[in-house]
Amino acid sequence: MPTSSDPSPPKSWANTSARDLIHRRYFPDVMLTTHDGKRVRLFEDLIFDKIVVINFFYATCEGICVPITANLVKVQGLLRDRVGRDIFMYSFTLKPRLDSPAVLKEYATRFQTGPGWSFVTGDPDDLELVRRRMGFVDPDPKRDADKLNHTGMVRYGNEPLQLWSACPGMSRPDSIAKSILAVDFANR
Amino acid sequence: MRISRYREKSAVTTARKNRLEIIAAQLSRREMVKFGLIGASGYLVSKHGLSHWASGGLPVGCDSRTPGGAVDFTSQAAKGRGGNMASPPTRAFIEPLPIPAVRRPVSILTGPAPTIAPNTAAGEGRTRAHQAFTKYPAKFPFAPAVKFETHQRPGQMSMSPDLPLQPIWGHDGVWPAPTYHARYGEQILVRNFNQLPAPDQNGGFGIPEVSTHLHNLHSPSESDGFPCDFFGRGQFYDHHYTNVLAGFASTHPPDGDINEALGTLWYHDHRVDFTAQNVYKGLAGFYLLYNQLDTGNELTGFRLPGVPGSDFYAPIQFDVPLMIADRIFDPSTGLLFFDLFNLDGILGDKFLVNGKIQPFFEVEPRRYRFRVLNSGPSRWYQVFLTDKGTNTQIPFWLISNDGNLLPKPLSVNSITMGVAERDDIIIDFRPFAGKTLYFENRLEQLDGRGPTGNTLAAGAGDFIMQFRVKGTVSVADGSADPASQRFYTLPDKTAAPRMTRTLQFQRGNGQWQINGRLMDADCSTIRFRVQQNSTEQWILQNNSGGWMHPIHIHVEEFQILSRNGVAPGPSEVSRKDVSPLHHSETVRLFFRFRDWEGRYPLHCHNVVHEDHAMMLRWEIDQTGDTVPVP
Repeated sequence: MPTSSDPSPPKSWANTSARDLIHRRYFPDVMLTTHDGKRVRLFEDLIFDKIVVINFFYATCEGICVPITANLVKVQGLLRDRVGRDIFMYSFTLKPRLDSPAVLKEYATRFQTGPGWSFVTGDPDDLELVRRRMGFVDPDPKRDADKLNHTGMVRYGNEPLQLWSACPGMSRPDSIAKSILAVDFANR
Repeated sequence: MRISRYREKSAVTTARKNRLEIIAAQLSRREMVKFGLIGASGYLVSKHGLSHWASGGLPVGCDSRTPGGAVDFTSQAAKGRGGNMASPPTRAFIEPLPIPAVRRPVSILTGPAPTIAPNTAAGEGRTRAHQAFTKYPAKFPFAPAVKFETHQRPGQMSMSPDLPLQPIWGHDGVWPAPTYHARYGEQILVRNFNQLPAPDQNGGFGIPEVSTHLHNLHSPSESDGFPCDFFGRGQFYDHHYTNVLAGFASTHPPDGDINEALGTLWYHDHRVDFTAQNVYKGLAGFYLLYNQLDTGNELTGFRLPGVPGSDFYAPIQFDVPLMIADRIFDPSTGLLFFDLFNLDGILGDKFLVNGKIQPFFEVEPRRYRFRVLNSGPSRWYQVFLTDKGTNTQIPFWLISNDGNLLPKPLSVNSITMGVAERDDIIIDFRPFAGKTLYFENRLEQLDGRGPTGNTLAAGAGDFIMQFRVKGTVSVADGSADPASQRFYTLPDKTAAPRMTRTLQFQRGNGQWQINGRLMDADCSTIRFRVQQNSTEQWILQNNSGGWMHPIHIHVEEFQILSRNGVAPGPSEVSRKDVSPLHHSETVRLFFRFRDWEGRYPLHCHNVVHEDHAMMLRWEIDQTGDTVPVP
């Protein structure tokens, strides 16, 4: 019978925990800056041991960023004081060269976002890496390069429980809030 | 093409090695960027253009070894055609095809006696009363005599001797789940227990909440496995599977229309937003429905291949379900890898049949019936039967579409399947005694958007499964010659529709929409209401620009009236529950809604699209609405 030759698999498989694998795969080790000017490590400071809500945007975007940010303001309202306590919201800029912490601060003030929601900028290479790793990418390179067409999906997850999904950022705010609370297993 | 892919891959591997050396030299990433050693995507700057590999957002170049040998059975996907992480190498055709066990009824159910209303106090997750027992008590005496129970729980299995044991979630801890054998005219009750572990024990993906959908059964809504009817750990859920022919209470009393008989069904988890993860983890199995014509015995009825034993609840020889799945395995741990952050569709570089990577199956030189299922998550297939020695394709018989027997068998060279489609086929191995044949997927697909449109040359595709044809038969072939067979007549589809509805599938800023609207996570919005005992035409339009979608509609299958105004090809002159929606295509469907009322979904069965809200809820009730563009 024709069979492939022996593939000589590794003698022992790595015993990495699923949680560590998710960390390594999706959250590169980069330093970023929030709209408050705080220097933060992506995983350790923003993601680790938290329920998180993540989207990408840019301050001068006149397309879907405005309705989505406005939507997420309502989501934050629905989640009340949970945001900033165990649920954290992050909006990463797609245009870090333009979106300085001061610009982001102005954006946050304009939308009257509450505590626990950070707008994040940093080295453009780092943000591009973060965007790709977190899957905010269109498979069509032309579309992907078109910032006006950027994805409106909002990723949410419970880092310690390894529960991750995503929903459209323009769906009803109560629907988005329900999705987020669905991964809050400890409090259900 | 293939050589350039190799080069690209080896460039990635080299880049990664270099990078590791630089890291070992203790340069920070920032310094690497500053020094121009690393590009925007995070990999060393390369002339070869690594965006293809980085687009999945994943670390790449994990393992590029390719098994050598005279015959190359390495997956095309592993050569760069679609995978965004390369699984470790595995040998092909060294383990036999597993045949899923058939589930046996129980005499007494665990827990309380079944109730028509949900037994919330006892821990039942159902939210609505069983409708069949009260609406049609003469037809469905309560409670059903035939009862099953299933326990969704973690398990471990070997998918290849070259990989470690895989932690899975399965019905009774196995994947594929045990097969149900059911008969028309015999209602059953299935008590479904959720005994899945806490989420932090999920191995990295999967949510321990479930809604088990029996795909294509005409199920009352509360037993259908609606996406938001999920129930939690420690709870149970009683499903009433009526196994009754459509029209029993309206057009074809009292037993329904035999021409609406269903055959090959499957059950799988349908938990809203997490279906892809939970099914990838193993929550899927077959449900086979027999009747007086499709008997499971080649000496009776339609005389389709099949030799049953004395026990109805045992696999039928020569009538074999084949659950095709593609998967990725982490090259460092060797364990199933689910790309949590993929929004487009997950393509595996390993092909499994009934839970084994590239199994072999020893067959006798006679006719077999295979019930082929594309169980997803996202890939499209075009499966050929290939004689590898000569790279020739061998024709076989297609006898069903979506598990529903066609008017008559069709001689075909291949079957094309979107996710969740089922094709029953008959292969006659008699002329091939002593030979080795293969199932080969020759449809090229590079990402979740859909196939490229290229059909690879014979021998250049992915070899999914091997058939080793023995020299002699153990049981003489008593099945009928497909060339002269006739099955059911298609039901009338000329009735004027009460409603014609248009559903446009769109994608805007990466968000799936139907008629410009989004799905709610709690499934609360009813987009339209169909009047019971009416006919409708639905026009599905693909306006999503470069994407293909297998659209699935629950409870009632349909007949395709036209694709872009043209009558469908012979294999689609049939009853279906999944309609592939090709690029920029308009498909017109005919439905007749009869027996049950309540909520049902319509959704894309690329389960990654489905989980990202490519779905809507509609209902059947007494009045219906008249919204043409819901």
